[in-house]
Amino acid sequence: MKLLHNVIDKFEPNFEKGGKFEKLWPLFDGFKTFAMVPGHTAHSGAHIRDGIDLKRTMFTVIVALIPALIFGMWNVGYQHYLALGLAGEMSFIDNILFGAIKVLPMVVVSYGVGLAIEFAFCIYKGHQINEGYLVTGMLIPLIMPVDLPLWMLAISVVFAVVIGKEVFGGTGMNILNPALTARVFAFFAYPTYMSGDKVWINTSTREGQSVVDGYSGATALGDLATSGSTQYSAMDMFLGLIPGSVGETSVVMILIGAFILILAGIGSWQIMLSGVIGALAMGGIFNLFAEYALSPEQQAFMAVPAWQQLIMGGFAFGIVFMATDPVSAAQTAKGKIIYGFLVGFFAIMIRVFNPAYPEGIMLAILLLNVFAPLIDHYVVEGNIKRRMKRAAQLQTVNA
Amino acid sequence: MSKDLKITKGVNIPLKGKAEQLIGNADRSKVFAIKPTDFTGLFPKLHVKEGAEVKAGDPLIYSKDDNRIQWVSPVSGEVVEIERGEKRKMLSVKVLADKDISYREFPVENPSDLAREAIVKRLLDSGCWPFIRQRPYGVIASPDDTPKSIFISCVNTAPISADQDFVVHGLENEFQTGLNAIKKLTEGSVHLTVTGMSKPSDVFAKIKGVEIHKVSGPHPAGNVGVHIHHIDPVLNNKEKVWYLEPQDVIIIGRLFLEGKYNPTRVVAVTGPMVKNPRYHKLLIGSQITPVIEGQLDSDNNRYISGDVLTGSRIDKDGFLGFYDEEITVLEEGNEPEIFGWIKPGGNKFSISRSLFTWLRPQRQLPLDTSMHGEERAFVVTGEYERVFPFDIYPVQLLKSIMIEDVETMEKLGIFELAEEDMALCEVVCTSKIPVQETLRKGLDLAKQELG
Repeated sequence: MKLLHNVIDKFEPNFEKGGKFEKLWPLFDGFKTFAMVPGHTAHSGAHIRDGIDLKRTMFTVIVALIPALIFGMWNVGYQHYLALGLAGEMSFIDNILFGAIKVLPMVVVSYGVGLAIEFAFCIYKGHQINEGYLVTGMLIPLIMPVDLPLWMLAISVVFAVVIGKEVFGGTGMNILNPALTARVFAFFAYPTYMSGDKVWINTSTREGQSVVDGYSGATALGDLATSGSTQYSAMDMFLGLIPGSVGETSVVMILIGAFILILAGIGSWQIMLSGVIGALAMGGIFNLFAEYALSPEQQAFMAVPAWQQLIMGGFAFGIVFMATDPVSAAQTAKGKIIYGFLVGFFAIMIRVFNPAYPEGIMLAILLLNVFAPLIDHYVVEGNIKRRMKRAAQLQTVNA
Repeated sequence: MSKDLKITKGVNIPLKGKAEQLIGNADRSKVFAIKPTDFTGLFPKLHVKEGAEVKAGDPLIYSKDDNRIQWVSPVSGEVVEIERGEKRKMLSVKVLADKDISYREFPVENPSDLAREAIVKRLLDSGCWPFIRQRPYGVIASPDDTPKSIFISCVNTAPISADQDFVVHGLENEFQTGLNAIKKLTEGSVHLTVTGMSKPSDVFAKIKGVEIHKVSGPHPAGNVGVHIHHIDPVLNNKEKVWYLEPQDVIIIGRLFLEGKYNPTRVVAVTGPMVKNPRYHKLLIGSQITPVIEGQLDSDNNRYISGDVLTGSRIDKDGFLGFYDEEITVLEEGNEPEIFGWIKPGGNKFSISRSLFTWLRPQRQLPLDTSMHGEERAFVVTGEYERVFPFDIYPVQLLKSIMIEDVETMEKLGIFELAEEDMALCEVVCTSKIPVQETLRKGLDLAKQELG
């Protein structure tokens, strides 16, 4: 440990003002503060400080994502061998191994490309490196289909970091959730790789292997949107034994993540809870009005019990990990409840009513990201009005 | 009409080193200093020259904007140094104390028999006026104003701070006399807030002529700003609320009872680095050397006049501030910590459970002055609100200060706040934003533009 400290001290002068690599200071500083929390002391105001910092916060979110990541890797393998009719012969390790081979490159590309751009921007601006991308970089592979070509993933990451974040001023300043910005870019730029029934399960075969007869690669939501029924049971959907984006399928694993986030006090339970209520409300309304649907498929989709809407598609993942992003969500306590409710409400509405987008959570969150400042504005405005009213009352009393 | 307050938002930081309820017997310090830096927003002018002989109660400095407001010497002796900093800013006026203090004499009078003007004049003359501060802005009150009410908080909830019930013990007479003087200053009420968490001291319970309120809850439940907000809020800059500390009411009481300016306070010498934390009877401006002598093992310390949340940093041979009733010693946390952000918790405090300190909530922590991270943009939301018992949006207010939007600051309620009210926000901030400094900037700007 002392060694690391010494190495850092030795190289530091090269990166300081007047040093050989002065321009690369943000990069050096990024690595240095990653390796050791600097011994800065409180210089003004309170003399003692909370032990938490942004690195710790981001790290906790990543820990919360790990169950979904591991399960995602296993499920990629499981779904693959299921499609080939080999699921019975494959062990847990085989499934994980196959999944890891597919998923880890996505993680590497996401972090590699994203961090490279972040570093470049920081060096260009001479700013310190912010930790914001640590979580985004993990989220992006988890919300993509496994067969998305890596170069498409890379371009989506570029778009997300540059347009979604850096043009607004970097971490803390963005309006849209950067990870969802990556997904929405891929979704509209390469629709054939992001939707349909061919992308969710890797069906590459080696010699002697073939896809089983009657195989369908559609997700539960895809089935419901086109035919009004799905082969998957509610238990499958809850456990996550269904095709879908890498990390989104298992509600169990997502609940573990939600538990960690809420326990640590990092994820907003208000947003999660009101999101679930919003989704149940919309689902319930659909249940009531299912008989007025325009087509039999739509009628069947609308009649899906409201609670089942919660465990399909990316809803759970979106509401736990993406809607709660503190920067792009509403920031006031009341605003969070309104925001969360509307995310859930619109997610189910888009999902059921719009055949072009079988899943609605992505667009619902992005839409509400845009409206979050407006929601906050009215909440704060309410506080101001209340204060002015009290002030006016006081004045009349004293007059 | 008494109104009990139950504060729910806030946190008690489990800091080690609370002072034992004993009065220590350290020697009186030799040199005393009055520090103009203790007085926010005032420009000091000198009343005396180096080498002048003064009595306790003789003026040393006065305010440039209002020469009636003056600060007097706590002891008799010789003015030995006028310490100046950058741009000749006056930092302190030091007085070498005589062996036996001689006092400037004031008439002994019963404040209940005096008119308001006479009391104001006496407080100004004797140097007691600066004890009275006001909201809005958290600055020394103007003798030309009449406040709508006056608040005295007899609860201290800040970590390892002086216990108000202990420091006033046995001083009923002084306290009541001081209150009788204070009462004359307002046509409204004098509000006294006492602890609702245990049995408050008899000194407070038996007091007459004031409204008594019980407050309970975690820090900042004891802050006077919280009480004002809930009982008689300052919603515009025209109406003022004044406030002062119980120990300063006692100093004022003594002035009327004995005819002397005798600014003795019971001061808690506390902190995780102090071997035997206990109380000492000290005059305002005392040098801290005698009370910390032999109390410290190591040298890598931070010395604070005041509590750990709002106190000001002083040198090892520094002086007790004008408003302070604690001297706190913390270890400087200036050692880099290898992979510190991954470690489970250790001796760090956090309101977040992402550090595992929460598993042992009863433990008293020897916290140091480390920032535990670097300054960032606002990212995490909702954490300030957990420790901020005001109907005010703290982050939005700070942002309006950062863009210097005075109109929005006013609308968002800046008049109700002073630095101490947002100190916990600063402690818990993930992004390490300098909250108190920012708020003060906003208050100064608002005062300058709105008056």
